This record gives sequence, structure tokens and C-alpha cells, in this order.
Amino acid sequence: MSEPRSQVSSLLSVCDSTTTSQPDGGGGDVKTQPHLNSEAGNFSTAAPAAFSVSTSPPSTLPGMSFHGITARLSEARRVAIFGGTHGNEMSGVALVNLWIKNSDDIQRRGVDIKPFIANPKAVEKCVRYVETDLNRAFTPENLSASGGDEFPYEVRRAQEINRMFGPKGSPDAYDVIFDLHNTTSNMGCTLILESSKDHFNLQMMNYIKKAISPASCLVLLNEHPLLKYSTCRSVAKHAVGLEVGPQPQGVLRSNIFEAMRVILKHALDFIELFNEGMEFPPCTVEVFRVNERIDYPRDANRNIIAMVHPNLQDCDWEPLNPGDPMFQTFDGKTIPYQGSCTVYPTFINEAAYYEKQQAFVTTRRETLAASSIRKA
Amino acid sequence: MDVDEPVCLPRLSRVAVCGGTHGNELPGVYLVRELLKLQRRASEGEEDDGEEHTSMLTVLSNPRAVQQCRRYTDTDLNRCFTLATLNGPTSDSPPYEVLRAQELNAMLGPKGGPGAVDLVCDLHSTTANMGLCFIAYSDCDWICLHIFKHLQRRMPDTPMRFIHLGISGKESYSLDSVGKHGFAMEIGPQPHGGVRSDIYAVMSAGVRHMLDWVGLFNSGAVFEGGWVDVFTLVKNIDYPRDSKTHNITAAIHSHLQDRDFCLLRPHDPVFQTFSGETLRYEGGEPLYALFINECSYYEKGIALSLARKRRLAVPGIRAQTEEEEQADERALTSEEEE
Repeated sequence: MSEPRSQVSSLLSVCDSTTTSQPDGGGGDVKTQPHLNSEAGNFSTAAPAAFSVSTSPPSTLPGMSFHGITARLSEARRVAIFGGTHGNEMSGVALVNLWIKNSDDIQRRGVDIKPFIANPKAVEKCVRYVETDLNRAFTPENLSASGGDEFPYEVRRAQEINRMFGPKGSPDAYDVIFDLHNTTSNMGCTLILESSKDHFNLQMMNYIKKAISPASCLVLLNEHPLLKYSTCRSVAKHAVGLEVGPQPQGVLRSNIFEAMRVILKHALDFIELFNEGMEFPPCTVEVFRVNERIDYPRDANRNIIAMVHPNLQDCDWEPLNPGDPMFQTFDGKTIPYQGSCTVYPTFINEAAYYEKQQAFVTTRRETLAASSIRKA
Repeated sequence: MDVDEPVCLPRLSRVAVCGGTHGNELPGVYLVRELLKLQRRASEGEEDDGEEHTSMLTVLSNPRAVQQCRRYTDTDLNRCFTLATLNGPTSDSPPYEVLRAQELNAMLGPKGGPGAVDLVCDLHSTTANMGLCFIAYSDCDWICLHIFKHLQRRMPDTPMRFIHLGISGKESYSLDSVGKHGFAMEIGPQPHGGVRSDIYAVMSAGVRHMLDWVGLFNSGAVFEGGWVDVFTLVKNIDYPRDSKTHNITAAIHSHLQDRDFCLLRPHDPVFQTFSGETLRYEGGEPLYALFINECSYYEKGIALSLARKRRLAVPGIRAQTEEEEQADERALTSEEEE
């Protein structure tokens, strides 16, 4: 199977404007791989730490063929780019601020593109959130609630964003929202898909992957009935998450910034081409489907008693087999992975997820088929 | 310096290991928690074998910040240990960290007084790619320098540097300045809010070797002199900022990112603006770059720090014997009487 890690590094070096020389004397024994700030998915379920659901059949069934059908979809006229949904994920904040000041790079014919700081209070304090995670706040209950100051800041902000870019689920909602995130995990560039049936998004992701090749951009599909969560971007008709890392919270790394900028450039190019009438033929897209959330081992007081094992640390997207080292206790004992089959872990050691009881999430590889699409 | 005669220093009977001085620097937090667990277990099963042990205090410095997983709640605890802050009058509603600093000073100090602990080791982690660093105010605290040499010998695969802050003891502001001897043990790269097992392993080994050294020193071992490369901080460089919003307008250049302790020469790239321009080092003197892109320094206006390197001669040392200690005390008492 492909080597995600080398692809990650090659994307990050391709996106460097100059070649990076080897560190001299830095790092050494201590691993210095950049770490992708995974977008802390807020797996808001109260399910126990290890919850396994048998994967539903892929949306492409052998008997079903899209080859004869071209889906006619409406133009994507209104697009938003969200940065600072988490206030300490700096690439999106820097990019959106740059584009608010100078929008030259995000101009495209026939599309109205709005850069937007989603959580300005959190950005100002350089924290993930002020009262509650904005990227979990877009639940139907929150969006329909009426009231004022008694709600947490982020709930009120979610309602405001829903008014500006939604309402979620209505024909007036924005066509596309790109939501920019960083992760401390070594995820490279990851596009996050919320529906396996969104052919527009699948085609966009296919376009992006081809455009940046041989550098890689993987696709994470979170359609899990319990682990899916109500994101900021879900207000739009087509929600696209972009997670780039590794990058510590509160830090801005040039290579991560450039990688995110390049991906967005291709995404906007796709939209422009689509709106101008280009037909995109049927394609397949490899995705990693969210399977299970794995928490850290904890003691009776809920304190963490082990860390991600050195063999697993930084190995996002690499196969984790039953029996492979998974955690290492503070006194050096190995705790192996005890699942029944090989999985592909990601969001490994995302700092923001300690409080969400998640050490990493397991995924299963799948190939989705997208029908041909063209504007209506 | 007579190389044959080691310098004689008082034994280190009380040592403090502190973690969570910044609440989101988790390797130190977890290590302190593990040390406390071990100490509890040891004290439950302890038999008095009559030997004198070094007493170790293990301290979680900023519990409130740890609980919130933030660097600090009101103000940076590790800037609150100036004599002025410790001894000065407190306002009506002093910041939490100022009160906590005064508590820690009472527990481990008082700073400058004869009752202060002999050695403070304060555990930190950094997002910068610095490996393991000792950070100390003095470049002639032979205890700290010998502990550093000991760790270099015991952990040859870990990149290790000694950073000298180059400011006078009177201006010292950090927790490690409360003890008679002290240093910060800083390890990176480690994102804040998380703990990497490789970073934890290095920190745990570093503390273990330090405590081993203290035990050896106290039992009378003689440590040979030698040489240590010391990096003395000279200045800090801030990010270029927008004059109106004060937001940063560039990131550390990809050539410099992760290259802590490289020599930065005039005209070497330092920053990459968001519009793609390279900004270069304008200084006249080549200097060593460190703390490159440490996240918590954005608010302090520091993108990177610059240091000079020099080779320092460190004399041999040994602990005073009991007789020597008593002789010292007698001399002190008779001075006071006079």
C-alpha cells in the first residue's frame, strides 16, 4: 500500500518555496517530524472509549454503475473559507487574515468567495475555544434555540454563523464552506468529507489529489452515526474540512501554511472550472472511513496512565495490526492494539483531543465512486 | 585554577523537582505525577536503614493552570520569582500566580536565604526543536554544569545544550532561582497540551541521571573538571508585524524552522512573509539561533533568540565532608559573634 508518511513529507517539501537543508545538530535522537495539527474532531458521543460499528457497505455497490449518469448540480456561486474555527490553529487564521486584507489569490470568475474568521474571540486569545468547542456547536438544538446571553459564546456564534451562511439545510445556504484546521498529529494534508454521497465534493477531492500529485492529500470520511459531529462547515450544502499538520497549537510553520494555501488554490480552481461548465468524468476516490475512537488507558480517577507508543507516534495512516504496540505506560510497559483486524489510525496524539477522550481514531480504507458531474 | 584540587561545595541535602510550572507543558506534569506515585509507594514500604538520604521534594508548580491545561491563568508563573514580586506588598486582588509564587517561595525558599532548597530542577517543554537544554542564570554554578556533563555522558544519543541567560542573579525571575542552585530542564520539540513518549522518556532519563549524580556527589565522589560549550543569550528577534493590528506578517523561514543551534550568518533567511518574500538576518555578528518558533513566545514578541557560544572550563568538584561543613559553620558562627 502507499506510504503515507513519505507522501506527507514530499507534499510539505514540494510546497516549500525553497529546498530545506537538513538540520545540523538539531533534533537528533528526539523525533522531529512535523506534526499535523489534526482538526480536533469533536466526537461528541457519550459512547464508551472503544466503540466498534461494522462498516456499512461502501456507497458504490458492485451492481450499481454511475457510468451512464451525469449528475447535474447547481453552480457553486457562494463559497466561504473559514479560518480560526479553533483559535489556536494558526494556518487558517493567517490565510484568512491575509485574504481579508488582499483577496487577489482567491478571486475566481463567477464565484463569490468570502474569507471569514469563525471564532474571533478564541483567535484573539489564541485558544481553541472560549467556552465550548465551536466545531461541535452546530447541533439542531443549538441552532434552533432562542435566547440570549445565557448561552455560551460559541453557541451564540454558531447561531450567527448559521444566519450568515445558512440556514443549515435550506436552499439559501452557502454552496461550499472550506474549514481550515491544523493538527498536532502527523496527518499531512487531509481533506475531511462528511458524506459518501456528495459527488461534488468527491470530484473536488479527486481533482485536488491529482493536481498536487505526486504529493499526497488523503481523504478522511466521517459518516459514522455516533462519531460524526456538528461542524461549522456543515451549515453549507457542501462541507469541506481541510486539516494540515503536524503543527503545534499556537504555532505557525511556513511549510504547513504553504501546503494549505496550495490545496485551497486547487479547490477554488475546481469550482471555477465546474461553474464554467466543465464536465468531470466518473472517478473513484480512496477514502479512510472513521471506524472507532480509542481513548488513552486511564486510572480510576480518569488520569491518563499511558502515552501513544513510540512505534505508533507519527504513524498516521499506516496500518495498525492486531498485536502491534499501541500505548506505553509511564513506566515503560507496552499495551498492544487488540482489535480484530488491521486498521489505519489517524489523529494520533492530537493534543486537543485529550479532553475528548481520544488518543487516536481508527479508519478503514474504502474506494468510493463519484458519478460524472456537470453544472445544471 | 589548580586542576588538581577539586572545588569543595556543600552537600545537596534537599532537592526539588518541579513540573507544570506552565500548565500545558505536559511531560513535566506527568513526570511529577509519576514521581509522586513512586514516592508514596516508597514511603509506604520504607524501612529505616540508617542511611542519610537526600530529601526530594516533588512539586506540581501551577495546579490551576495544569487543571485548565493552559500555560497560566492570570500571569506567567515563571516570571513571578523576582525578589520584588516575592517580597513586595500584594495588591487587593493579586494574580493567582503571584500568590502561588509566594507559596512556592515559602515551600522551597526563601530565595536568597540559608533555608532554601539546595537544588531546583524545573521541568519544561518547548515547541522548538531544541533537544534537551539546561537553562541557568549563571555560567559558574559548577553543580549545574557538572550535572549537565553527567547527563551528556549518560545520554550520548540525546542532543544536549547548556544555555546561560546572562542576566544577574538580582534580576532572576524564574522558579529555579529560588534554590541555592537551580536550572530549568527544557525539552523539545513537543506541542503544548500533549505528551510524546519519546520526549517523556528523555525527560524521565534526564531527571533520573540528575538524581543519581546528586547521590554520587553527596557520597563524596570527585568529579573531574572538563569543558562545556555554553550558549549565552544575547538578544531576541520578534516577528515582523502589521503596524496597525500588531498581527504577525511572516513566519519563520522554512530554511530556519527546526534548525535550533544552527549558526545564523548575516543575510541568512529568517522569515518568509505571507506574500512569499524572504527576510534576512541583518545583524553583523553570526550568532546561534534557538527557541525558534516557540509558541508561547509569540505574545512575548520573540520569534527566535540568538546566542554566542563559548567553551567554558569547569573545575573538578566534590562535596564537603561533614568535618569541613562543621568547620565552615564554626567559622560562620565566630564571624557573627565578632
